[in-house]
Amino acid sequence: MTSQRYDAIIIGGGHNGLVTAAYLAKAGKKTLVLERREILGGAAVTEEVHPGFKFSVFSYVVSLLRPEIIRDLDLPAHGLQILPLESTVTPLDNGGYLAGWADPDETRREYYRHSPHDAEAALRFGHLMHHMAMAVKPILGMIPPDPASLSPGDLKGMLKLGAHFRSLGAEHFHQLYKLMTMSSADYLDEWYEFDALKATKSASGIIGTFLGPRSPGSAYVLLHHYMGEIDGAFRAWGFQKGGTGAISNAIASAARAFGAEIRTNAGVEHVIVRGETATGVVLSNGEELYAPVVVSSLDPRLTFTRLVNPTVLPGELVEGVQRFKFRGSSGKVNLALSGLPDFSCLGGNADLAARALRGAFSISPSMEYLERAYDDAKYGQFSRNPYMDIVIPSMIDPGMAPPGKHVMSIFVQYAPHNITGGWDDAKRDAFGDAVIRTLARFAPNIESLILHKQVLTPADIERITGLTEGNIFQGELALHQLFFLRPVPEWAKYRTPLKGYWQCGAGTHPGGGIMGASGRLAAQAILGKQDAA
Amino acid sequence: MLAETPFHSRTAPLVRAQTWRRWSGHQIASAYDPHPDREYAAVRNAAALFDVSPLKKYLITGRDAARLLDRMVTRDVMKCAVGQVLYTPWCDVHGKVVDDGTVSRLDETTYRLTSAEPNYRWLRMSARGMDVDIQEISDSVGALALQGPLSRAILQEAGADVAALKYFRLTHTKIRNTPVTISRTGYTGDLGFEIWVPRDHGVAVWDALVSVGSRYGIVPAGIWALDIARIEAGLIMLDVDYFSSHHALIEDQKSSPYEINLGWTVNDTKGPFNGQRALREEKRRGPAWNFVGLDVDWPSFEQLHLARGLAPRIPNIAWRASAPIYRGGKQVGYATSGTWSPMLKRYLALGHVHAAHGAPGTELEMEITVEHRRNRAKATVRKLPFFDPPRKKA
Repeated sequence: MTSQRYDAIIIGGGHNGLVTAAYLAKAGKKTLVLERREILGGAAVTEEVHPGFKFSVFSYVVSLLRPEIIRDLDLPAHGLQILPLESTVTPLDNGGYLAGWADPDETRREYYRHSPHDAEAALRFGHLMHHMAMAVKPILGMIPPDPASLSPGDLKGMLKLGAHFRSLGAEHFHQLYKLMTMSSADYLDEWYEFDALKATKSASGIIGTFLGPRSPGSAYVLLHHYMGEIDGAFRAWGFQKGGTGAISNAIASAARAFGAEIRTNAGVEHVIVRGETATGVVLSNGEELYAPVVVSSLDPRLTFTRLVNPTVLPGELVEGVQRFKFRGSSGKVNLALSGLPDFSCLGGNADLAARALRGAFSISPSMEYLERAYDDAKYGQFSRNPYMDIVIPSMIDPGMAPPGKHVMSIFVQYAPHNITGGWDDAKRDAFGDAVIRTLARFAPNIESLILHKQVLTPADIERITGLTEGNIFQGELALHQLFFLRPVPEWAKYRTPLKGYWQCGAGTHPGGGIMGASGRLAAQAILGKQDAA
Repeated sequence: MLAETPFHSRTAPLVRAQTWRRWSGHQIASAYDPHPDREYAAVRNAAALFDVSPLKKYLITGRDAARLLDRMVTRDVMKCAVGQVLYTPWCDVHGKVVDDGTVSRLDETTYRLTSAEPNYRWLRMSARGMDVDIQEISDSVGALALQGPLSRAILQEAGADVAALKYFRLTHTKIRNTPVTISRTGYTGDLGFEIWVPRDHGVAVWDALVSVGSRYGIVPAGIWALDIARIEAGLIMLDVDYFSSHHALIEDQKSSPYEINLGWTVNDTKGPFNGQRALREEKRRGPAWNFVGLDVDWPSFEQLHLARGLAPRIPNIAWRASAPIYRGGKQVGYATSGTWSPMLKRYLALGHVHAAHGAPGTELEMEITVEHRRNRAKATVRKLPFFDPPRKKA
C-alpha cells in the first residue's frame, strides 16, 4: 500500500469540511479532503434523480452562509450565485391565504387584511429581530468562550461578549433573554394575534429539532433562522443557482484553487491513533494517508465513536457524545412535476399565482396544526398532517428542470428517526402518501403532475449522508447543545483529547444550516489564529 | 404593487412625466409636470391641490376618547373644543417622539387622529381599560389639501361654508352636494385647508374643486412642491428630519419634542401622559440638540463654485439627505433637508445642532459638494419658520 503525507486531512466533503480545507490550503497547508460518496457536498448536494430534473436533495435554501467566507474564498468567482426567494404563502383552513412579500408595504397591507394590529407589530418585530441577530452575530464569528473557565482565552472571549451585551441596552438584553428561554409560541403570542401568522413564523423555531412550537427553547431556533444574512441584510433567504450542490462545488473549487486536493469515492475507515496522537487515516480500500492534522467534519457521534475507537477517549467525553441529542425529526419529498401546482387558496388568480409560485409555501395553517403534528412524533409516528416548507426551484432557476416542467422540494416535519418499529419501505411509502395527501388538500392537482417522487425519511438521510439519526444540523439546535456546550463541554473548541485530531462540522459551534461558520472557525483554531484556549 | 388613493383615476392621467413616488405604500405624484416650479408657485400665488390620502387616519370614539388621546400626546386634549384641531407629537415612555400628527375633535365624543406612520397598535396598547373604540379609516377616507392664497375663495364658490373657519378649526359642510369635513390646516405654512371625504365621494369633490378652481388658477401639485413649501414653513417630516423612536435602531436616532423644535407642544402640567416624567426632566436640564433653520450664505456658496470655474447651481427640488454642519472646524450637527426658496430667494436648510450652537444668528458652516470636492459654505442659524405670511392665520 502506498502512503502519502499531507499537512492536513479533512474527513468528509460536506460544505464545512470544504470550508476548513479551503482556509487551510489558503494558509499554505498541503490539504486533502476525503469524501465517501461519488459527489461532494454532504447534505448540500444537487443530484439528477430523474432524467432532466435536478434536485437539491436535502438542504434546499441558503441564507446563513457567512459573508466573511464568501469574501475570503471569493466564492462568486467560483460559482456562488444566490437568487432571491421573495415570498412565503400560507394556505389557510378557510380557503384563503396569508402572504409575506418582498415589498414591506405590500406585506403590511397583506397582514392588515388579517389583523391591523399584527401589520404594525410586524414592523417592530422585524426591527427587534434585526437587533437580536446583530446581538448574536458576533458569537457566530468567534470560538465560543467557556464561562466556567479561567483560561486567558476564555476570559478574553467572555469580556468581549460581556462588553457586547452591555452595548445592547436593557430593552434588547431583556428581549434576548426571552428568546433564549421561551417557546416560540409563547414568544410570538407576545407579538401577534393572527393564528396562521404565528404558526408560520413559529415554524422557523422547530425546523430540525425535536421540539414543538410550545416547547421551551424553540424561540432561540427562531432567531437562528432570522440570522440569515445576504449582502448584509438579515432575514434574507435565497436559492443557489444549480441547487445547494453548486455551493459545495463553489467552495470545493475555491479550495482547489488554493491548492487543496479533493478525492471522492474515498471513505475513511478509521483514524490512525498512536498513543494520544492522531497521525492519519485508513481508507476503506486499505490505503493509509498521514498528516499531523486530521479534521473530522462528521457529526460528533461519528467523530468520537466510529472514526476512532472510543476506548482511547476520556469516558466523560464518550458519555457526553452518547447523550448528545440528534433525534432527526424531518424528512424530505422531492417531486418532478409535469406542470405547476394549482394552489386553491390563490383563487385562480394567474398574476398572484405567478408571483407566489416563485416563493415558498408554508403548510402551517394554525398553531394547533403544528402542535398536533408534533404530538404524532412525540408518540413515535410521523405527522399525519405535517408541517411543510415547499419551494419550486425551477421557478427561480429554469435550469433545474426541462422547459415547462418543474421540480418541487418539500421539507417535511415531523418524521421521527425513532419511529415505532423502525423505518421500512412500507412506512416510507405511507409517509410519502401522507405528504402528498396533505399537499393535495391545498393543491388538488398535485397528484396528476407527479412524474417522479423521491421520499427521504430520517433513516434514508442517515444512510445516504451519514448524518446520525438523520438530524440535518448534526445534532439538535437546542440551547443545551449550543455555544460552549456544542457538542460537549470542554471540547467545544474544535479540539479533541487526541493531539492532531480536530472537529469542524455543524455538530460544533455555531451549528447547522449552510453557514460554513464552524468550518471557518475550526480552520482558525487549527491555524492558531483565534485563541482556542 | 402599490395601493391607489381615492383620487387615482383623476391624478394618474395628469402625471405627464410618470414621476411617481411611494408614500405609505401608496402611489403618489412627485409632480404632475416634469418639474415642480408651477406647482410650487400655485401654493404661494393661487391654490395648489394635493392628494394627501396616504396619511394614516383613526377615528376614536367613546366616553374615554379624550382621555386616551390626552394620555398619549403631549398637548392638552382635555381642553380641545369641539371643532378644534391640535397639531401634536406623541412620545414613548422615555420622552422620545414616536410620531406627529393632528388630533381633531369632530363632536362631543369623536376624535380623529392623523399620523405619518401606522399607530393602531400603539393606540390599542394605550387604551387598555378604557371605554373607547378605535377604528382605522385610512383607506375609507380620502384627503385633499387645498393650499394657497385663493384656497378659501375656491372652497366658498364650491359651496363650502368656510368664511368664518379659523386657523386649526374644522367644520362639517358640503362641496357641491357632497358632505365633507374641512379643517383649516396644511403642510405649507400658507392659507390652506384640508378636505376629508368618504372614499366613494372623493372623485366628485376633486372634480368640483378643479372645475371651480380653474378660474382661480388651481394647480394639482405633487410632493416635490409640497416639500419646498414645508421647508420654508419650517415643518418637520418623519423619517427625513427625525425618526420614530419605534423604528430607531440606536439611541442616537431618537429625538425628544424639545430636540425637534416642538417644545411648544409639550404641556407638562396637564394630567399624566406618555413620557411626561422624562420630558419634565429634559425641560429642567435643557435639550441636548436644537432643531434650527439654516440660511446658507449666498456669496460664500457662489464663491465655492466660482473657485472651480462654475456658476452656482442650486438644487431644483428639495433634498432629503444628511449634510454635516460645522463650527470652527468641528462638526456640531447635520442638516436633514434643504431647498432653494423661490419665494424668499434664499438657500434654506433644516438641521440638528448641539444646543450650544442653536441660537438664532449663530454663524455655522454646511458641507456642500462642488464638482466632486467637499467644501463648506457659511450658514446662519435662523428662527423657524422662514416664511410665515399673515394670511396663514387671518
